[in-house]
Amino acid sequence: MNAWLILPIAWPLAAGALGLALSGSNTAQRLIAVIGAVGQLVAAVVLLLTVNAQGTQVLHMGSWPAPFGISLVADHFASFVLVAGSLAGCASVIFAALTVGRQRLTHGYFVLTNVLLAAVAGAFLTGDLFNLYVWFEVMLIASFVLLAMGPYPRQAAGATNYVALNLVASATFLVGAGVAYALTGTLNFADLALRLPLVESRPLVLILAALLIAAFASKAAAYPLSAWLPSSYHTPAPDVSALFAGLLTKVGVYALARSVTLFFPEDALVRNVVLGLAGLTMLVGVFGALAQFNMRRLLSFHIASQVGYMLMGLGLLTPLALAGTTFYMAQHMITKTALFLVAGVVERRTGTGYLKRLGGLYRTNLALTVVFALAALSLAGIPPFAGFVAKFTLVRAGTAVESWVIVGISIVVSLLTLMSMVKIWNEAFWKDRPEGEVEHDAARMHALPRSVPRWVVILPAGTLALASVAMGFAAGPLMEYAIAAGEELADRSVYIEAVLGEDAWADLETMTVEAMEASR
Amino acid sequence: MEVLLAPVVGILFAAATYLLLQRSLGETIIGLALLTNAANLFIFVAAGLSKGVAPLIDTETGEPPPGAADPVPQALILTAIVIGFGVLAFFITLAYRYHRLTGTDDLEWIAADDAPTSGEFESGEP
Repeated sequence: MNAWLILPIAWPLAAGALGLALSGSNTAQRLIAVIGAVGQLVAAVVLLLTVNAQGTQVLHMGSWPAPFGISLVADHFASFVLVAGSLAGCASVIFAALTVGRQRLTHGYFVLTNVLLAAVAGAFLTGDLFNLYVWFEVMLIASFVLLAMGPYPRQAAGATNYVALNLVASATFLVGAGVAYALTGTLNFADLALRLPLVESRPLVLILAALLIAAFASKAAAYPLSAWLPSSYHTPAPDVSALFAGLLTKVGVYALARSVTLFFPEDALVRNVVLGLAGLTMLVGVFGALAQFNMRRLLSFHIASQVGYMLMGLGLLTPLALAGTTFYMAQHMITKTALFLVAGVVERRTGTGYLKRLGGLYRTNLALTVVFALAALSLAGIPPFAGFVAKFTLVRAGTAVESWVIVGISIVVSLLTLMSMVKIWNEAFWKDRPEGEVEHDAARMHALPRSVPRWVVILPAGTLALASVAMGFAAGPLMEYAIAAGEELADRSVYIEAVLGEDAWADLETMTVEAMEASR
Repeated sequence: MEVLLAPVVGILFAAATYLLLQRSLGETIIGLALLTNAANLFIFVAAGLSKGVAPLIDTETGEPPPGAADPVPQALILTAIVIGFGVLAFFITLAYRYHRLTGTDDLEWIAADDAPTSGEFESGEP
């Protein structure tokens, strides 16, 4: 029994419930939030080490045998992104614990962040299509409230867009789950992977593929379903943006990766569609970012653009490309959250994220400048940072199968990303503060007692930026792990045998023979 | 029955799509309500409509009676209805707030690029 496999989900969920019970005390709320997030990170790291030593871990909930109950599955891919995700989540929750004021706190802010963390872990670990739908909904409802919490018209507008689009995507996913059940009579990932090739009607399988890809692509903000992201992510408070930026779209990418590799690995049409989406997503996102002058909005466009890189690995579908996607997802969660946290500190200090009104932060806030530079260089893919390793792996995988178009796009987009980062650098950090803009130096950088120094708010972003640098320098062992993940994704029999047992194929054969005899 | 219900599902999806393409917030709400119902009905029909008996396992044989109905789609729909209902209720509340804050029900309302953010809202707060 691997009952502890549920810890990354159960721990933050329990912390959320405890937070609800202790909603009278603000200090207790902050503490419990951090305990929930750190506990999840520890559980995720233990999981990663176990998977590294013993291979795929499976937990059948309630001891129901595999295709009938809900299975939790942790393979190399799931555990790697889970660790990166909980690290990013942990940093944003700590930033929030330092900065979120009494108003939002009393409205259950930290209960929701814990539920969000639990739901993200649930989506990463589940091995059941309908259970994935439920985790998506848990994640969404928590994110809806976090996004809408606040007094500004544009926040309500951003939240409305976000909720409407996500409801449509969820309905699409639900219909997809219905089709999957109608075609195969199962919802278990491994069982679906076994049975889908037996479905005789190719159009129906393609419809299933279209529904799942549409649903997950819009959750992942892939073009042309990406418009909701840059119109909503910059509207809530910076701590919420940071939490969303690291986690939410990556859950969509993860679901897409699972379904493409398990359900449609041999379908050239599906692969080319994903590859096409990848190229368009990269380009449209990065061009959108060039026109922006709101710091967080600019970074939001880059989330969409970077999702394209993750899809690129899925479209190529070789073990190396999938390893690239795995590593890219992990480093992106960490780097992007760091950038949003920097934006959060800037906004708290100056009162605005509007680049034309900012300037001169290099003189007044050197530590913040260094943190931004590290994260921005990593995002743009400059060696020796993690972003470079990720992009290099994807380009290598692309040249190996001679997909020159996508390789070309990815390199051009990388340069354009650097351009955007240089723009933030120039506008916010390097140029002099514009005439007439008074330094709006916030009296309070954090919401803790006055005796706590002001620079603590930089720590979460700084830790993540250092983690991103470390990922670049420790690329060897991490990449080995990612390559193991890529090989597992490319060869789905590993996943199927881990969940259904080694006789899965033989069982399927007997069942098919029996069914044929019965129909005679 | 399938022949009857399939067009109903189709009409629901078509109506929902039409309503969702409108700019008005009110029509979006109704569109979303229709969409979730259409999805639920779709699962119901796709899983096969049959006059089955209750799928209760016989204690003697340890197997469900012959011709038992499939309980899984119904469980799925039940879950989906509850989730859809809750989320839609939230959306209606949010729509009310949107209308109150922006003074319009037009979804194309756009805030200025340097409109205040929540960063300002809390910076002076203890």
